[in-house]
Amino acid sequence: MKFETVIGLEVHAQLKTKSKIFCGCSTQFGSAPNSQTCQVCIGMPGVLPVLNRTAIEYIVKTGLAMNCRISPYSRFARKNYFYPDLPKGYQISQYELPVCEGGHVEFMVDGQLKKVGLTRIHLEEDAGKNLHEGIKDASHVDLNRTGVPLMEIVSEPDIRTPEEAAEYMRKLRTILRYIDVCDGNMEEGSLRCDANVSIRPVGQKEFGTRAELKNMNSFKNVAKAIEYEIRRQTQLIEDGGRVIQETRLWDANQGITISMRGKEEAHDYRYFPDPDLVPIEVSSSWLEEIRGTLPELPDAKKDRFVSQYGIPEYDAMVLTESRQMADYYERTAALSQPKLASNWIMGDVMRELKNDGAEIEDCPLTPENLSGMLKLIEDNTISGKIAKTVFEEIYRSGKTAEDVVREKGLVQITDDGAIIKVIEEVMAANPDKVADYRSGKDKLFGFFVGQVMKASGGKANPAKVNDLLREKLS
Amino acid sequence: MDLYKLTLHELRDLIAKGEVNAKDAAFSYTRRIGRVESDIHAFTTLTANATISMAEAAEKAVLDGKVGPLTGVPFAIKDNMATKGIRTTCSSKMLENFIPPYESTVTSRLTDAGYVLLGKANMDEFAMGSSTENSAFFTTRNPWDTERIPGGSSGGSAAAVAADMCAAALGSDTGGSIRQPAACCGVVGLKPTYGRVSRYGLVAFASSLDQIGPITKDVEDSAIVMNVIGGHDPSDSTSADVPLPDFTAHLKDGVKGLKVGIPKEYLIAGGIDQEVYLAVKEAIDVLKGMGAEVKDVSLPHTDYAVATYYLLATSEASSNLARYDGVKYGYRAPEFTDLLDMYKKSRSQGFGPEVKRRIMLGTYALSSGYYDAYYKKAQQVRTLIKRDFDEAFKDVDIIVTPTAPTAAFKIGEKTDDPLQMYLSDIFTISVNLAGIPGISIPCGLTRERLPIGLQILGRHFDEETVLRAAWAYENATDWHKKRPTLAE
Repeated sequence: MKFETVIGLEVHAQLKTKSKIFCGCSTQFGSAPNSQTCQVCIGMPGVLPVLNRTAIEYIVKTGLAMNCRISPYSRFARKNYFYPDLPKGYQISQYELPVCEGGHVEFMVDGQLKKVGLTRIHLEEDAGKNLHEGIKDASHVDLNRTGVPLMEIVSEPDIRTPEEAAEYMRKLRTILRYIDVCDGNMEEGSLRCDANVSIRPVGQKEFGTRAELKNMNSFKNVAKAIEYEIRRQTQLIEDGGRVIQETRLWDANQGITISMRGKEEAHDYRYFPDPDLVPIEVSSSWLEEIRGTLPELPDAKKDRFVSQYGIPEYDAMVLTESRQMADYYERTAALSQPKLASNWIMGDVMRELKNDGAEIEDCPLTPENLSGMLKLIEDNTISGKIAKTVFEEIYRSGKTAEDVVREKGLVQITDDGAIIKVIEEVMAANPDKVADYRSGKDKLFGFFVGQVMKASGGKANPAKVNDLLREKLS
Repeated sequence: MDLYKLTLHELRDLIAKGEVNAKDAAFSYTRRIGRVESDIHAFTTLTANATISMAEAAEKAVLDGKVGPLTGVPFAIKDNMATKGIRTTCSSKMLENFIPPYESTVTSRLTDAGYVLLGKANMDEFAMGSSTENSAFFTTRNPWDTERIPGGSSGGSAAAVAADMCAAALGSDTGGSIRQPAACCGVVGLKPTYGRVSRYGLVAFASSLDQIGPITKDVEDSAIVMNVIGGHDPSDSTSADVPLPDFTAHLKDGVKGLKVGIPKEYLIAGGIDQEVYLAVKEAIDVLKGMGAEVKDVSLPHTDYAVATYYLLATSEASSNLARYDGVKYGYRAPEFTDLLDMYKKSRSQGFGPEVKRRIMLGTYALSSGYYDAYYKKAQQVRTLIKRDFDEAFKDVDIIVTPTAPTAAFKIGEKTDDPLQMYLSDIFTISVNLAGIPGISIPCGLTRERLPIGLQILGRHFDEETVLRAAWAYENATDWHKKRPTLAE
């Protein structure tokens, strides 16, 4: 039997607000346990939450960027359950009336445009963390993360493959970073993903029973966990078994998902409207004010790059993956030939960044210095090959390409006489090969080009070398 | 002169004028407490050191000419309001040793006004009850008859005021917990409009119903305390950002032409005591005699109030009390096998039977499959009850009812019958559901010399009219001057 996979993702994104959602504590990551807490986020008796207005702005911004309907009136609800990292015994979340409903995001997979619908985006508070490592006969609780604002972005079950899931996540991250509401760091947990995965025979309308996968802390792991889960469910059904609805934890070391059965099952969260908070009202004037703060979004920017700079769609997509990258490209392209700029940024610049594990905003090479070098290529001052050497020199040093070319005497030799002189020397040193070439061994032409370039220290203009060599050898 | 017998405003004026020393006033009360507390049991904690330092601060303020509206006035605070550094127990084993690191908004406003804290007042555990019999520590006695309950849940506060153990007290009222004990103890208890007084630092029972208010010896005192504790608080999202009037300004303007509504549903309610009925009728005649215009009004959904209340209040309570899990503070069972066992044992041992009963009720009402039939339906009925009052207040300015169907009952009389106990609040509960203000003032004594309370209700944020009518009645009668005789 052939199966089709159905995937829906619940993505939790921590908002980049300076303070927590219901109190004034800092949201800084990595501080000493419980150093960023107060009576409110610890849930002491008698305290009350006061909503951080910036959190609303951020979720509205997100909803607008993802084509959602923004509710003029929404509510917080309490999700009741007991766990040591949840100090109040309930999480303040949203249930019946979320801030954002509907919406969609689009992205490319294997050259195809994929559109995934959104069910809703709602606001909630994060829980703390239980600490077990290095503690004997007890567990400790760190409540620094308690009350950090989270958005839960719930997709429709529109995703069909692990690759689509990973690309969907990437696109969400791109948008969240563009609008600057979430830093999108999966390792630190500021972007987290639960995947609902089920399979069904191709052609069947009803969904199969789903498993909820948790604990994937990278895009790669999202894809891997889903891949594993599809194999597991397929095997199970083919062996005559049945998928049960459960939560499964992805174990990246073993590359498998493990059942959490019994622990998280059959919760009745007893949601009800939180009587400590008044409804959230987003007036149309506030909505417009927030809309006004939206930057150009990645899809629009990509289309503009294609039409304005005449670069291929793929290049435009890569270059618009982050706002900083796009800005870098635009600053470079403004001063040099846009296609050349995209080639160098997508090739050499990105390679260096990857080697350094750095982001474009940390790039030591300024767009001005890069475009300075590109201009030397454009006007034939240096060859593409020499440019590689120049790039190495300027990438970290802060020197301009012109300085490096001057210092090292790397100016391209375009003078016919000088090139002919080198050609003659090479021919004189290899009389046998000249004879062989002339008797029909055409393949030796490359050998001569190489020798001439080498003898000129790579500085000879390759096009001229070609022309003049052909002339001399004939 | 026995300073402890004075009203708040009498004492305050003497202190402000420098005729009475704030420390002497405080000592007058602490001595009084020393003499009668063993009979009354009003306090869970007496704050000896804090009392002295606050009285000294008041003394200094008078000398420095920086007199606040409550400089040197000794208070009892119900033990569910957070006082920084001072044990706040909610009369529960769960919080027996809980010392808040923060101050509630109301007590910080009292502090700014110059008050002196005498101690924390006993209550029904987590404010759940009508008699203080649900206190995990002891039952407070009614100063009029120590065999009887003082009402609840703010029974400690009301008894302390009635027994002259403080000049005034704060209580909290979720379904009648200020007004019913005020009635039982023959003192004045005001539940302000929901949102009038900040709940920040009030340990939550039912967040959409809880409201803090004063328990005082007379109506003027009530207005003075309201001037201090009322008003918007940015720390409480449900506190209303509306102007705070000077509640004393029109206190004495009289009731001539005031339209007084009498809800017919209340006077035919089952269980209303004949003596209570007659006292309230007489009180209405007093108002009429002063020029008030009396009219019948109808509150047709009255019958559903108690059921609605016990679904909503318990639902919210089941969630509000989830934080007492033995993890961070409060009681933790000494022995347990794992996390779940720790939760179960800590909560089973830390909460008393009434609290557990209400947590179970509320948990049930919110459960999936029952939510629509119970919680949601109750919210809908709440809207109808609110509308009843909105309709009635189109025709009248205030509504007058008994505060409680009977005078104070005997200790132990209703402990085995929770439903009978719940009916003690039959006249007060709708008021919390509607969110309107209500006051209880003394309007008589039974043949057994037990106080009877008159309840006066007003429109949202119209405490002024409620207080004005209450003052007019009080001024025309002597009931508020009656004090229990206590053997010292």
